[in-house]
Amino acid sequence: MAAFPAVAQSEWTKIRSVRSTVWSLASVFLITVALGLAIGLVARNNSSDFTEDGGPFDATAISLIGVGFGRLAIVVFGVLAVGNEYSSGMIRVSLAAVPQRGTLLAAKVAVLGALALAASLVTVFVTFFVGQAALGGGLSTSLGAENVLRAVFGTALYLTLLCLLSAGVTVMVRHQILALAILVPFILLVSPLLSLVPVVKNWIKYFPDQTGGAITQVFPTDDLPYGPWTGLLICAAWTAAALVGGYLVLRRRDA
Amino acid sequence: MIELHHLTKRYGDKLAVDDLSFRIPEGVVTGFLGPNGAGKSTTMRMILDLDHPTSGEVTIGGKHYAGIRDPLRRIGALLEAKAVHPGRTAYDHLLWLAQSNRVPRARVDEVLDMVGLTAVARKRARGFSLGMGQRLGIASALLADPQTLMFDEPVNGLDPEGILWIRNLMKRLAAEGRTVFVSSHLMSEMALTADHLVVIGRGRLLADLSMAEFIKRNSRSSVRLRTPHQEQLLDALHGAGLTAEAGPDGSWEVVDGDPALLGDLAAAHGVTLHELSPQQASLEEAFMQMTAESVEYHMGAGAPEPPPVWGAGWNDREPGKES
Repeated sequence: MAAFPAVAQSEWTKIRSVRSTVWSLASVFLITVALGLAIGLVARNNSSDFTEDGGPFDATAISLIGVGFGRLAIVVFGVLAVGNEYSSGMIRVSLAAVPQRGTLLAAKVAVLGALALAASLVTVFVTFFVGQAALGGGLSTSLGAENVLRAVFGTALYLTLLCLLSAGVTVMVRHQILALAILVPFILLVSPLLSLVPVVKNWIKYFPDQTGGAITQVFPTDDLPYGPWTGLLICAAWTAAALVGGYLVLRRRDA
Repeated sequence: MIELHHLTKRYGDKLAVDDLSFRIPEGVVTGFLGPNGAGKSTTMRMILDLDHPTSGEVTIGGKHYAGIRDPLRRIGALLEAKAVHPGRTAYDHLLWLAQSNRVPRARVDEVLDMVGLTAVARKRARGFSLGMGQRLGIASALLADPQTLMFDEPVNGLDPEGILWIRNLMKRLAAEGRTVFVSSHLMSEMALTADHLVVIGRGRLLADLSMAEFIKRNSRSSVRLRTPHQEQLLDALHGAGLTAEAGPDGSWEVVDGDPALLGDLAAAHGVTLHELSPQQASLEEAFMQMTAESVEYHMGAGAPEPPPVWGAGWNDREPGKES
């Protein structure tokens, strides 16, 4: 029906023409790189503090430590890019222009996903190299080391999935503040806290942040009942579920 | 041609639109009239497939809105002012709209010029007044040069200059042979612009007729007479075969009376007249009368009727009849 490339082009214009979306995406990069640099410099001088419990010194994890906060920024980006249509009533203008709701959502997701992936890739690789430079020759690792390339590249995929998951949830709840109120605790607070509670611990391992986070680990842990790629796949399933849910709401509800 | 077939929309137990069927005639301005809450906006949203009808359907040239390729080229609509992201510039707002329906970029500048927003095209919509927001909404409606335009209460909240601008715009669009469908809750506004009228109240069709027909049916003219000699006046009128109805403040009104003839009649009978004035019932009054029963909340209707008391009205019942 509606021409997909035309709608995608229009979605790209929507994202780039509003400051809040541009800045939330830029802050993913800035926060992650800055923290990687800072922690790298700290670790260079206090390396013993980072290898306390006899485990290996994880130079990749240290450089990517800012991803924990970069996640928050990419969730905000995903929510804003979709949710600002609801806060302004613009969704009715969008649907009047593109009444094929599936096409509209698909174009949104494609543009959002491509942008998030590009920004995440630049972010994680720049962060990795900056972080390794900060750590210095004695402590740093390289992409050639075992699992490192998978962890760095996988982190970008994980961030992209989180962004699309956030977009899906926002289309489902149709409100950006509400979406943030659900996503931020769900991703950043609830699962780290609940994973300390014995009864629910095993369930929490299947939450998006835990499953997606598996890909970022260079040194395998026994904690998780799945491997890095399986984990990412489970995270992708969460994302797909959120997007399908978003599509059903968008299709059924009055705008 | 936009056709509504038994369109119904129910929200919970409230019927917002109730079995509405009509056609929007092409090439003229059709006023879509009804009191607030009559279901005008809901109907317009259903035409654009934004709200799903509970039953019935709308077809546009035989198709559903969602089945139209690049629909902005067919119908341009202004549903609400300022449905624009506050952080986006007027230009970018029109640009994404243009791209979505494959309208050339140059057209954005054209419509900005048409609505007089060129000077603020690169300003973010946050700082726009209601009037500027309305103009931007109209620019979006005109963007793809559609044959049909739909405006929901376009003059609401505008200053007199803005109202005049909208009126002239609608007349110009119709003069270009376009179909204009515009809603309003003000008859006086429609009387100035519309050629055809569709009146609804509580979601139901009350009238679907040409403006000329509406005026002919509803413009009752009369002559108001006021005199200290009421008895003589009524006798004189009676003698001339005329009937008078009691008007306000002790005046009398002669429906379809001729002022000159009535003046002569009074003079002939030596009746002193304190007032002799032709009256024209306004279209607004006619509209109010038409929709009176369907208005949701009457102003100053006072306290609602008390709920029925048990046993009340027992003696109203006809004897020997069990209900």
